[in-house]
Amino acid sequence: MSTSTPDHSAPDLQALAVGDVVAEKTFTLTRDSLVRYAGASGDFNPIHYRDDVAQSVGLPGVLAHGMLTMGLAVQPVVDWLGNSGLVADYQVRFTRPVPVDAAEGAVLTVVAKVGVADASGARIDLTVTFDGPTVLGKAQVRVIAAAATSADAAASTGSAPA
Amino acid sequence: MNPELQGREFAPTAPYLVGREKVREFSRAVFATSPINLDPEAARAAGYSDIVAPPTFAVVIQESTLAQLLAEPDAGIDFTRVVHGDQRFTYSRPIVAGDELTATLRVASVKSLGGHSMVTAESSIVDATGAHVVTAISTLVVRGDE
Repeated sequence: MSTSTPDHSAPDLQALAVGDVVAEKTFTLTRDSLVRYAGASGDFNPIHYRDDVAQSVGLPGVLAHGMLTMGLAVQPVVDWLGNSGLVADYQVRFTRPVPVDAAEGAVLTVVAKVGVADASGARIDLTVTFDGPTVLGKAQVRVIAAAATSADAAASTGSAPA
Repeated sequence: MNPELQGREFAPTAPYLVGREKVREFSRAVFATSPINLDPEAARAAGYSDIVAPPTFAVVIQESTLAQLLAEPDAGIDFTRVVHGDQRFTYSRPIVAGDELTATLRVASVKSLGGHSMVTAESSIVDATGAHVVTAISTLVVRGDE
């Protein structure tokens, strides 16, 4: 699936059909992952690393940051594209919390499927599950064809020949 | 929550300089493995001036605007009752290391629903030239008294 080419050429979006699964991946979150994300993002809400604080507000225990779930869920799509710059729009609804057990962690499964394919690119729909049910709703990634963005990126960073 | 917040625009945040090591740190934290998120040579080969931030990196810049909203004296938002409802990023171009970004928050809507309030905050993020890079949209749900 992910053959690497010198020019990082993206998959042919025009060849996609609605319903195609373009990527699938499993992630194991541990408490270490949450601490790492807290530091990287600056979100130090203690419900993401202290069971006592989480329980004091009625939660079963420490939860994963919703933004960590959102951040990792798009990664299988990025790997498939080979270029995160081709993601033009990404949205999710947080529908169910992800408790992360101190010993066991939490296993999230992401399935990325084509929802819409059209002339300008595609909409990839993500199904993200933990322990059975989904944890994100309306998780949609709008991806655009490679040619359009590399030109934009080059222009915006001043590296394009005039 | 104060319904008069709807339509309010806040002052632009201080410029945020996107550092290469910060992008790498964030990339690792969201399990990014793509070379253009980590390796400057791979990023340049793909046409970017430096490593590219993962799609959700904009939340780091957006965060300071949400802090402005929660701190607004007449907002009436109890931070301990806030739950993140949904999130969206709409890009004009990806964020790359070296960008200097400024965010301006606008409260798009305030709604009440069965004792809860919902506020939708749109943060427009522009580069040093003023060109649009990404708009980050959050809907926060503020739980009512139980």
